[in-house]
Amino acid sequence: MILNASGCLDALTAPEVAQSLDTFVTKTVTPLPREGNEPVRIAETDLGMLNSIGLANPGIDRFLGDTLPRLLDLGVSVWVSVGGFAAQEYAELCARLDDQPVAALELNVSCPNVSSPEDEVEEIVAAARAATTKTLYAKLSPAVPDVGSAAAAAARAGADGLTLVNTIRGLVLDERTLAPKLGSGVGGLSGPVLRPVALAAVFAAYRATGLPIVGVGGVETGAHGLELIAAGASAFALGTVLFADPEAPVRVREELEREASARGFATPLAAYAAAHGGPPPTPLRRVA
Amino acid sequence: MPFHSRSGLRRELLDVVKVEEVGPYRLLRLKRGRLESGIPGQFFMLAPPGRLLPRPMSLCLATRTELGFLIDPIGPGTNALTGVARGERLQALGPLGNGFRLDVDRPLLVGGGIGVAPFPYLAERLARPPAVLGFRSQAHAEAAALVPNAEVVVEPRLVTEAMPLGHDVLACGPEPMLRAVAALAPDAQLAWEAPMACGYGACYGCAVEIDGKLERLCVEGPVLEHAA
Repeated sequence: MILNASGCLDALTAPEVAQSLDTFVTKTVTPLPREGNEPVRIAETDLGMLNSIGLANPGIDRFLGDTLPRLLDLGVSVWVSVGGFAAQEYAELCARLDDQPVAALELNVSCPNVSSPEDEVEEIVAAARAATTKTLYAKLSPAVPDVGSAAAAAARAGADGLTLVNTIRGLVLDERTLAPKLGSGVGGLSGPVLRPVALAAVFAAYRATGLPIVGVGGVETGAHGLELIAAGASAFALGTVLFADPEAPVRVREELEREASARGFATPLAAYAAAHGGPPPTPLRRVA
Repeated sequence: MPFHSRSGLRRELLDVVKVEEVGPYRLLRLKRGRLESGIPGQFFMLAPPGRLLPRPMSLCLATRTELGFLIDPIGPGTNALTGVARGERLQALGPLGNGFRLDVDRPLLVGGGIGVAPFPYLAERLARPPAVLGFRSQAHAEAAALVPNAEVVVEPRLVTEAMPLGHDVLACGPEPMLRAVAALAPDAQLAWEAPMACGYGACYGCAVEIDGKLERLCVEGPVLEHAA
């Protein structure tokens, strides 16, 4: 299953790209509208890019009244990414989305561009769990000492699955002036540079929980997606690659089938957890 | 209303025809393939070899068989784009965004520096209107040869000092120039610039302030009917 990374696609401006995915994940929705950070918001690095968009979004009221109905009109499966600054805000967002025809809710507890409640993963997931019966994915940061512990905390609190990873904080300076290129100074690092980080996080979270995992981070080809599946992901998402190549979902899907077949797997998901060399540590509860 | 492209993304690997020197600038000429040339002021995302992100470039020239882009090679992306040779190919996505509104009575093109890039194509579509073009040096001013009926000014003289009033102004250039032009011609159509990762509304990187709100320039612009 191929998704987009939250914040890396607007299905309303590029519907054909969203329709080429198995599921469209929205940009993170917050309780109140957010304009986002001051420009400059993006900068290329040698092996990736930085962004400091700052969770620009219309807020939950306009999202429910305007954005979501138009997304559903596209006929795509929708996951809604939600974000807040306290567990109660996540719970309120989940409660308001509970009766909407969306396939899952993704809790963004790891945006590097807003002050982040990383230490509160368990509290946030538990509050969200109490507020909705929807499938709940927790999107975690790899920038913690032990991703496995964070994943286990999310699992204990009732997450149905995990999304790994979000971007990690980085800084790019203007070569001439040595001033930060981004308006906000630091930003979230994504792209190929993140790929080994994502693989390690998926590998650890799989061992710690056995939960379904959406692997995200630097996927550019089907082979990259297959590696995430082998590390323990049951699905993967495309992020930065979509900026350069809106046709990436179609291409990557074809490559994925070919790469799996070339390695003797009947299907790409037959390579699930192959990197661990054995059966899952706990029963797989639900494959996304 | 400006031309809107809300869907129908077209992307193609285009053959490099040649790269020509135009003073310090380079004119990158590509085989057109099956891509549309679009409305002047629209742009294409061109993928520089070896770089992660494509770069937004407005279309400079369109013939039946070629698309031309005037590029200022100032960084790793623009250097890679202008470092290609015949036999190589480049990914191009476009046309994207909203171009200039062409139903104007007394068009006047006002451009500064690399901002003259969309004018050769625009001038052709508007039946060669008068133009006032400003450059920082005589070498840069060589680009004016691409634009018919152009009056050239070189710094320290500014385009706003040479700009006749009472026209329908279509302008492209650095932000201070656009603001100065808008002060003299409030109804001017202005083509703005911002760093972009995608060019089709996905990345939210190209936010500019429009009517007091941060909006995506690739979706709302790059040509806007008022000062952003």
